[in-house]
Amino acid sequence: MSKPMVKKTGRLLRREVVQTLLAGRGDALVIGGLGAPAWDITSCGDHERNFPLWGAMGGAAMIGLGLALAQPKKKVLVVTGDGEMLMGLGALATIAVQAPRNLSIVVLDNERYGETGMQETHTAHGVDLAKMARAAGIAQTFMVRSEADVSRLKKRIYSGQGSLFAQVKVDPEKLPLVLPPRDGALLKNRFRAALLGADAAHQ
Amino acid sequence: MKKIAEPAWPDEVHALLKDAGVRQVAIVPDAGHARLIKLCEKDKAMRVVRLTTEEEGVAQLAGAWLGGEKGVLLMQSSGVGNCINMLTLSIACQFPLLMLITMRGDHGEFNPAQIPMGNATQAVLEAMGVIVKRADSGAEVPEMVSATLRLAFNTYRPVALLIGQRVQGAKDFRKLTESVPQ
Repeated sequence: MSKPMVKKTGRLLRREVVQTLLAGRGDALVIGGLGAPAWDITSCGDHERNFPLWGAMGGAAMIGLGLALAQPKKKVLVVTGDGEMLMGLGALATIAVQAPRNLSIVVLDNERYGETGMQETHTAHGVDLAKMARAAGIAQTFMVRSEADVSRLKKRIYSGQGSLFAQVKVDPEKLPLVLPPRDGALLKNRFRAALLGADAAHQ
Repeated sequence: MKKIAEPAWPDEVHALLKDAGVRQVAIVPDAGHARLIKLCEKDKAMRVVRLTTEEEGVAQLAGAWLGGEKGVLLMQSSGVGNCINMLTLSIACQFPLLMLITMRGDHGEFNPAQIPMGNATQAVLEAMGVIVKRADSGAEVPEMVSATLRLAFNTYRPVALLIGQRVQGAKDFRKLTESVPQ
């Protein structure tokens, strides 16, 4: 990780942040929200324990909850975008009430709908997702703006001390797409085989 | 006030869900599901997850299956509209999903606002590719739950069982103005 994580503007770079968070991920399970976050997690290498989304906008955090409840001993990391999270804000309340210790939600907040022409989201106008998560009752919430913040966040994600929500302010850069496989059944089946073994096909 | 015997089907349905290994029970409440929800809450092998909107349940249960757990989504028909785009997940990835849906806007409805979604429930689910089955008496609910459980989890697709309003009876709001609701 010799590449700088911060642009000259002072904004964090999303791919470098994700690469840092996923380096040495061990057996962590990763959900990628549709659009740029799915390309970001894939930029670290297509991985059988990744579940990148091609749709289901607003559902990434809840997929993470169902997975975290089913696999309480595994770290579950949801990497998604501000637009995707804004579409499913109720999930913050649902997750806070369930409070799984092994679930982390990281929102890469570029304040834009990146896939549709970089239109501004509410976060460009002051909506603070981390405070909303805190108010919902999620135990640990972070606003992340610097490399030092990213290091702290990584430690917390892998320490597993309770549900965690982080809003990472990132530069609204346009990056080349790094596409995961598109076949949802393939993504699901290889994830389950990697996690549950060959028996997964006979559940 | 006339005492009405509690229906037996929720107990039978709870036993069927338990036997099938259902662990995650995602709910947006409906009066028709009240007893089943209570039974699931008392069951230590089940985790009841209250949702803010039904589409959360579709996503949650996809995650549950990724992690090797079965789940069920309990809701009323007015919540079906909230799920439509999220059902993409079940269709595109072939996730098993069982939705037990108590009908509103159906048999003898009092509330005009329940009619549009209730009337459209089956059509919109089928338009998305969900397999839809129906039970219109308490006696046939357990058999239909058993069948839809097998359909969903053996063939990897979203399946909805509509539990007709005839099974519960329609609420008459005028009567509720005369007494405290029970």
